[in-house]
Amino acid sequence: MRTGGKAAAAAARTTIRSVIARYGDDATRLMDILIDIQDALGCLSRGTVAEIAKGLGIPQVDVEQTVSFYHFFAREPRGTYAVYLNDSVVADFCGRAAVAAAFEEAAGCPFGEVSADGMVGLFHTACIGMSDQEPAALINGQVFPRLTPERARELVAGMRAGRSVEELKGTAYGDGQNAHPRVRALVCNHIRRRGPTVFADYSPGAALAKVTRMSSGEVIAAVKSASVRGRGGAGFPTGMKWEFARRAPGDIKYIFCNADEGEPGTFKDRVILTERPQMVFEGMAIAAYAVGARQGILYVRNEYRYLRDYLEHVLADLRAKGLLGEAIGGVAGFRFDISIQFGAGAYVCGEESALIESAEGKRGEPRDRPPFPVEKGYLQRPTVVNNVETLCSAVQVMLKGPEWYNRLGTEQSKGTKVLCVSGDCDRPGIYEVEWGFSVNDILAMAGADNVQAVQVGGPSGACIGPEEFGRVLAYEDLATGGSFIIVGNHRDLLKDVVLNFARFFREESCGSCVPCRALTGMAQVVLERIIAGTGTAEDVERLQSWQAIMRYNRCGLGQTALNPITSTIKHFRGLYDARLSTGDPRFVPSFDLAAAVRDYEAAAGAGKE
Amino acid sequence: MASFVRFTLDGRECLAEEGAQLVAAAKECGVFIPTLCNCPGIPPKGACRICTVLVNGMPHTACTTRVVEDMAVVTRTPELEAFRKSVVEILFAEGNHLCPSCERSGNCELQALAYRYRVTVPHFPYLFPKRDVEAWHPKLVKDHNRCIQCKRCIRGIRNDKGQAIFAFGKRGDKVVINIDPETSKDISDELAQQAMDICPVGAILRKGKGFDTPIGRRTYDRAPIGSEAAP
Repeated sequence: MRTGGKAAAAAARTTIRSVIARYGDDATRLMDILIDIQDALGCLSRGTVAEIAKGLGIPQVDVEQTVSFYHFFAREPRGTYAVYLNDSVVADFCGRAAVAAAFEEAAGCPFGEVSADGMVGLFHTACIGMSDQEPAALINGQVFPRLTPERARELVAGMRAGRSVEELKGTAYGDGQNAHPRVRALVCNHIRRRGPTVFADYSPGAALAKVTRMSSGEVIAAVKSASVRGRGGAGFPTGMKWEFARRAPGDIKYIFCNADEGEPGTFKDRVILTERPQMVFEGMAIAAYAVGARQGILYVRNEYRYLRDYLEHVLADLRAKGLLGEAIGGVAGFRFDISIQFGAGAYVCGEESALIESAEGKRGEPRDRPPFPVEKGYLQRPTVVNNVETLCSAVQVMLKGPEWYNRLGTEQSKGTKVLCVSGDCDRPGIYEVEWGFSVNDILAMAGADNVQAVQVGGPSGACIGPEEFGRVLAYEDLATGGSFIIVGNHRDLLKDVVLNFARFFREESCGSCVPCRALTGMAQVVLERIIAGTGTAEDVERLQSWQAIMRYNRCGLGQTALNPITSTIKHFRGLYDARLSTGDPRFVPSFDLAAAVRDYEAAAGAGKE
Repeated sequence: MASFVRFTLDGRECLAEEGAQLVAAAKECGVFIPTLCNCPGIPPKGACRICTVLVNGMPHTACTTRVVEDMAVVTRTPELEAFRKSVVEILFAEGNHLCPSCERSGNCELQALAYRYRVTVPHFPYLFPKRDVEAWHPKLVKDHNRCIQCKRCIRGIRNDKGQAIFAFGKRGDKVVINIDPETSKDISDELAQQAMDICPVGAILRKGKGFDTPIGRRTYDRAPIGSEAAP
């Protein structure tokens, strides 16, 4: 036994050393190193962390700070099959609780633990980008959508019978490229409406051929005159971003594509990366041409790691076609290539400077600005970070011209938007529409009746009621990065939706700024009190007043982390008022006497026996 | 010689060296901007947010802001003062701060700011988190109950090889400061003292040294925080 343990430890050490060597002993590649080592060893134990630190010549605490930041990194073994069941709002709507119960019963352990035989580990995870096909789980990195309790039991039985994840999956692959031999995913695209930008007919290389006949200044001018704005939600003008990076001093510049969509209810990047990866990469090459960059990095959330082989294959194909690599499009000196960086489970990494920190192997904490990433970004070099959909828009602008693009959308919001519709409707999925469609239009397209509320732009956006369904989707009215969650009349909005979002933000705060770190948790405490019927009018006022504190957080995510609460207080005040305590106002209603004496009662009860 | 730039501070024209940190420049001009995560001599982080001021009308943390020509800075508005008081109150409610039994009482920046902002009754729900007291280290005690996650120890303390000794672990409200068992192993008494001194609260203590200065004769026992900048 002891020799076996020693041999295993020696083998682990060899694995760790070879992975570190593969990444050139470079501590800025720590994310890749940790992902690969966890793949090989199952988890990142204390001993493994110490070994990695030794190999890289950095303190253990510096490895530990990255490991412990990302929720897909595990310190303990996660079982032969690690099941990560999505616990987002939409998953709950679709029957997640029954699926979770079936998993627990079949595995014989609760969530957060591994079954006694070490076979099955059950874990919660935030939205995995499958809101159109929930309940869904990741099992050893593969997606299992549309789960039922029966399917959960069948899966656990299959695991116990020693079937591989591929065997568990079966071959009922989804539509389009989901059935590609390098994807083989059960995921469906659900593209319900194809617009003229992302899902229009497209042939790789045509835009780039046009671009290489222009000067970089002309390319930027075209993107500017098309008024392309960032599609991640914030809406920063893309041409300006490119121009800043182009003007920034320095020989080495980087183009990042942000595919870390973590906003609950968003899944457009999944579908775009499945169906239009060439367009995304071509957009990065155009940005590189405009800015003068030689290297691009596609940062993809870990939840989409099932697309890795496919995306690498697409990159290799583009290189073979001369659309990436040396002398792109036959133009001597136009050299640009793209590598893929995976995250490891952290919503905040969708913030561009946090994403850069993460790509450098660190905790995903947003940076202070200035300096902006276009001045000092990845490895302190000028860096452009663009959303997946933004880059697709740039490709079509170059192909069809800014005038064409300007004819789409509204006065201040040009072009189209890919919406991710989910929740209580008949046709959840992807809708590519021009900016300017009203909420009512989308509800009609998706087949949604008896709607109580729509969460536009995800939890960090706004929750609106029927009296505002005439409002339009546009930067000047309802801005959205894509998430559009429909909540039916039969739902308990506070308990089923707002509380879930409050928990989400508490877990996903990076923890750096005091207001975000503390108030997300405190807001959950107060909200639970209100839902339990012991809250007071003062509690509601208090929650609302905290928004003024949150606005001083460093990043946009922190500034909006209480939006689910303040937005529903604003639009659904009656739901809060109806739950407030009606007890004797001379006492402190929020004090739960029963809970406070519970352990006393238990102790007294035990004493009697 | 460094060049001077003109900027306005609460409506008053002031001079500062170009690129000076706003907190330091304001202090030179007799204006106290409260800080917690800031510490002279180490790179600023802008984590606690308490030094937030308005720069040309926009909120910025003064610790991470450099003075430039014609910058208009407002350090005091009712909103900013209310925000600063909230930050202090939130920190008290977020951790477990029991001043009367703390070795740092009187030398604690958080306590001193609580007096300055007249923190009396709680406006935030106390979370009473379960946190550890780590005493395994031969020279240091880490009382996580009192830690305000300002990162001053992370940024400011290195061993004689220049390696980090402290680092963040986890995220969100579970964030914790870890001590590296290897790099902290042979630290000198002087470095242990520096680690204790760099902590604005009583979260890092040198073993056996908590009460070297008697209560009543400590920094903020003698004069309240911010009084050194009073014009």
